Amino acid sequence: MVKNVVISGSEAIAEAVKLCKPKVLPMYPITPSTLVPERLADFVFDGELDAEMIHVESEHSAASALFGAYATGVRAFTASASNGIALMHEIIPIISSARFPAVMSVANRTISGPINIWNDHSDAMSERDQGWIQMYCESSQEAFDTIIMAYKIAEKEQVSLPVMVCIDGFALSHVYEPVQIEDQKKIDSFLPSYKPKTYLDPKKPTTVGPIGFPNSFFEFHEQEQIAMNEALAEIPKVHKEFDNEFGRKYGNGLIDLIKMKDAKYALLANGTSVGTARVTVEKLRSEGKKVGLIKLKTFRPFPAEEIRKACKNLKALGVIDRHVSLGSEGAMTLDIKSALANEKCKVEGFISGLGGRDIDTKRLKKAFEILEKGEKGIWLK
Amino acid sequence: MSVMGINEKEMFASGHRACAGCGEALALRHILKAAGEKTIVAQSTGCMEVVSTPYPQTAWNIPWVHCAFENAAAVASGVRAALNMKGDKETNVIAMGGDGASFDIGFGSLSGALERGHKFLYVCTDNEAYMNTGIQRSGATFPYANTTTSPAGKVIPGKQQPKKPLPFIVAAHGIEYVATANVANLIDLKNKVEKALAINGPSFLHVLVPCTPGWKIDASTTIRVAQKAIETWAAPVYEIEQGVLKLTQKPEQKPIEEYLMMQGRFKHVTPSIVEKIQDYVDKRKKFLLENDGKQLFDVLY
Repeated sequence: MVKNVVISGSEAIAEAVKLCKPKVLPMYPITPSTLVPERLADFVFDGELDAEMIHVESEHSAASALFGAYATGVRAFTASASNGIALMHEIIPIISSARFPAVMSVANRTISGPINIWNDHSDAMSERDQGWIQMYCESSQEAFDTIIMAYKIAEKEQVSLPVMVCIDGFALSHVYEPVQIEDQKKIDSFLPSYKPKTYLDPKKPTTVGPIGFPNSFFEFHEQEQIAMNEALAEIPKVHKEFDNEFGRKYGNGLIDLIKMKDAKYALLANGTSVGTARVTVEKLRSEGKKVGLIKLKTFRPFPAEEIRKACKNLKALGVIDRHVSLGSEGAMTLDIKSALANEKCKVEGFISGLGGRDIDTKRLKKAFEILEKGEKGIWLK
Repeated sequence: MSVMGINEKEMFASGHRACAGCGEALALRHILKAAGEKTIVAQSTGCMEVVSTPYPQTAWNIPWVHCAFENAAAVASGVRAALNMKGDKETNVIAMGGDGASFDIGFGSLSGALERGHKFLYVCTDNEAYMNTGIQRSGATFPYANTTTSPAGKVIPGKQQPKKPLPFIVAAHGIEYVATANVANLIDLKNKVEKALAINGPSFLHVLVPCTPGWKIDASTTIRVAQKAIETWAAPVYEIEQGVLKLTQKPEQKPIEEYLMMQGRFKHVTPSIVEKIQDYVDKRKKFLLENDGKQLFDVLY
């Protein structure tokens, strides 16, 4: 039965996870992700979700138990944020290298120090090179929908890579919005039960996680890169399928274009700042300015070709990065500069919202002004 | 023909790349013989993973998983939870780690898994240093041993601290079965593995495994050195069953010097240091004998 409720982004994730029927839930609390394990605990302890919750003693063990569960051939889930993701860092690429289609939600929060519990993207961005698909969400409904799509994408045989579903800490994890919770039967038909080809089984012994010497390690990584390219093709397909089934879409699942047709200047943003950018673009359009917006839904694999197409007629693109690679630029800016290296569209990076600083329409208007004047990108403090 | 009830099947196949005389490989082979084919092993990073799984080869005839150094207990937790959800109650789950993985870097992961009460056996194969990385000191290194990070220096003669009492710390978690064993007594090792796997919760086995390059001993002396560890009380063999301490063997004590003399890692020790080590061993022996047969810990699981 479809339910229409008003819930937080975290609760939307928990509701979606429940419908995906994971069997093992290694969980460790961390602000602002904690509502996810709390709601999942309610479901398990009330008998609404048939899963074993593992109350691990650290995020490192959460990722490790997730690895163990997938090695044994069951669908599983965990959630974390910030320093928790940093503590998992060692295990994150081991999960992707083993090609386990795990799903983890990230309530994006900056990484210490100084210690700070508020939002930016430095936790997930610090994992960008580790073989996980990364999808960012703008609303609670999108968070719900993305979890369901994430399992489907991850479990495609040619993909077989884990997915991080990212929601902005507090700005989405703790914001209450109307969410349509879909019917279990419809979810079951969209996302069939997980049937891996190999797993730890005494009847058919396998060795999982062997040592890769220089004669094989390179190929392990090459296979992951091939799988990332497969994901680039599969994400729009799964997204279309989801739209057909449930009537909701977010661009093509990789990027979404807002008022881009005749735009001369545009911003590219991800997560909740997309919402603020929509309002900014509408306001500037009402003043007659030809401005647009690119929402980057999927950051890994990076949809370079889609972005090139979207920027064909632009004079300049401003990238709103909620993260900075210290000593260089924002992670998205770097990728977009690389993607548009041979294009006439200029790219400027704007470091924004670090450690919970607001990204408001005033700051985004400032970014547009800088683009129009042909000036350099700045830190939008 | 089966000798003394030891399983003839090889779950850990020959042809792996462990050193000649490796105590750990021998322990592992016999632990698996005792556990049988319906076993999943989650192993920490260390010599055993390196020597037994150079992709695409494997020495494991049972399902085996390796993830990282400090998390075998957490990986095993995930394996057990998944088996539970599949309704598989029969398969043994064994987490294995060396002393570095168990005493030091994976101590939190081990403690968490014990506290949660999963049905699994944790085996710590203790060769008293980080041997895979080149003989560095661990929390399990024997006092005054010469390692590459606790060298026999001109001022500081080797490792200055006692061994962390890991089996007792594990027993303090309130689990039903904790035991120490030694590769010099494979029948005892087998019996203890069987006992541990019959527990409906966490169990823990500590096995002393000499390392030929680390202890600087000849490959032909592994078992003799291990046997001497029992005879000198350098590595006492006991069980803590339902919280009750029970010494498995109470051999007539030989001087610790006999044990130290067999190993290059103690080549530097002077008579006064030998005295100190003897004192350390005697105190532990006294404590164990005084408490033999006593309930030392509550059983919580």
